[in-house]
Amino acid sequence: MNGVVGKMFGWFNSRLPIANTFERHLSKHPVPSKVNFWYLFGALASVVLIIQIISGIWLIMPYSNTEEQAFSSIEYIMRDVDYGWVIRYMHTTGASMFFAVVYLHMFRGLLYGSYQKPKELVWVFGCAIYLAMMAEGFLGYVLPYGQMSYWGAQVIISLFGAIPYIGESLELWVRGDYYISGITVSRFFALHVVALPLVLIALVFLHLVALHEVGAGNPEGVDIEEHLDEDGVPLDSVPFFPYKVLNALVGIGVFMTVFAIIMFFFPEGGGYFIEMANFEKANPLVTPEHIAPVWYYSPYYAMLRAVPDKLGGLIVMGSAVAILFVVPWLDNSKAASIRYKGVYSKVALALFGISFLTLGYLGTVGVTEVRKTMSIICTFIYFAFFILMPIYTKLEKTKKVPDRL
Amino acid sequence: MQEKDNTRRKVLIGLTSAVGLSGVPFVATPFIAAWNPSARAKAAGASVKIDVSKMQYGQQIQVAWRKQPVFVIRQTKESLAGLEQTLSKLSDPNSEAIDEPYRGLNATRSKSSEYSVIAGVCTHLGCSPKYHPEVEPKPWDASWSGGFFCPCHGSMFDMVGRVFKGVPAPTNLPVPPHFFDGSILTIGEDGGVA
Repeated sequence: MNGVVGKMFGWFNSRLPIANTFERHLSKHPVPSKVNFWYLFGALASVVLIIQIISGIWLIMPYSNTEEQAFSSIEYIMRDVDYGWVIRYMHTTGASMFFAVVYLHMFRGLLYGSYQKPKELVWVFGCAIYLAMMAEGFLGYVLPYGQMSYWGAQVIISLFGAIPYIGESLELWVRGDYYISGITVSRFFALHVVALPLVLIALVFLHLVALHEVGAGNPEGVDIEEHLDEDGVPLDSVPFFPYKVLNALVGIGVFMTVFAIIMFFFPEGGGYFIEMANFEKANPLVTPEHIAPVWYYSPYYAMLRAVPDKLGGLIVMGSAVAILFVVPWLDNSKAASIRYKGVYSKVALALFGISFLTLGYLGTVGVTEVRKTMSIICTFIYFAFFILMPIYTKLEKTKKVPDRL
Repeated sequence: MQEKDNTRRKVLIGLTSAVGLSGVPFVATPFIAAWNPSARAKAAGASVKIDVSKMQYGQQIQVAWRKQPVFVIRQTKESLAGLEQTLSKLSDPNSEAIDEPYRGLNATRSKSSEYSVIAGVCTHLGCSPKYHPEVEPKPWDASWSGGFFCPCHGSMFDMVGRVFKGVPAPTNLPVPPHFFDGSILTIGEDGGVA
């Protein structure tokens, strides 16, 4: 690089590690040479994060965070703001897509053992991101102050009431009022647009720094760091640019197409992305006949309903998320990838997947005796998958993991 | 190099940290306290008055107190007599698990022998139970003899808001403080005399 531009770049680069960081974390960052589509969802999640941040900033501008105005300001965005409907549907579709890609991303982790040594912290930060996302999604859902915003929040905040002794005062403290009022909405607004996004971005940063320290995994579960060339670069790796970037662009293109189809043609997602009851203003005196969470929380909601005890339900629901954090220390298997694990792991993961999806369905429909029994069975399978993991991964016979990718 | 004695340094670091940490609760106080209900929210949550003389027997009305539903039911003699028959289904017939303000005064659990005053917020997760006074088989209970059913998670309560056994709601629906002045019911205040 010569001339003025080159000199300017040189000036900055000697004061800020631009070229070094760019090469280390982007252009020359080594990634495994053989991965499959499951390895796309992390990139897609960061794309959705950017969509959410930008569309979110644009939604803050016309939104009003008061009890009187919150609901009507959403209608104002939908009807009176030029292209307001696109921006809002981008944000609501983005919320569902965020969870969709993150669920697939997490399942990839279970499938190929992406949490195994030395990637434990990558997994733990990922779980923290998931937890922060659940809080972020919940807070955001309250902001339109529709019927489902109100009653969903009522149910979730009442969960605090299950905590012995301090529960009731904690509920009041979280609401800041005797019901979910404008006071609650405006504090949730502050948390949704400032506090939690900061937490999320910090966690994503840590997730990526930890990942780049230990290196990305692959579907074979081969440790590519074992065989390096003379420059210390893994032999079974390719540089991030152009190989991973161009590859991801295809995936992003497909994803954006699906995103746009939903955003333009099915923004409510049949009542699963935006629930129909939320097109009605919050009424503290009338509970909708059927309260269900949006689809991405429904598995946990089904667990909550399966337990006929308030505190017990809260504990089960909390443990279901908490147990994800310790997965790296539950898996005793010598193989990381499901391809080389034994039959127990395969059956366990299949049962786990089926029960999680079943719980997801059960959480969206009304309660009957049969469904309640099914919820209980699926909740048991969910926990058994994790609790029995140290045993079945130790007992089973794994296949020999190859040396090279 | 001379051996260093770090004891003094460690003590000083410890003391400085302790003094610094003692400031944390002070700094945290305004941030935590700012989440309490404000003076305006508290004032808006004061009492409400309603004339209940026009209510039909068996009728239930909802009064908003602190924007939360409070059920006022003018009980019929039959439904009050029927309370005895469902006693075995209840998990806490004497409301021992909650703070019952007017225990043993009336079968209605209120200060009146005719009207029940019940907080209409399910003790499970805060939905508003629905009033089903009919004595007839229901999808949720084949031997239903009138009461409240929560559509969210299927909790059942009798005609005076006492919770059934084996449902997710842990306790009876509470009775809010109230008093009658003739036919004027005030919810949110005790009226000074219990």
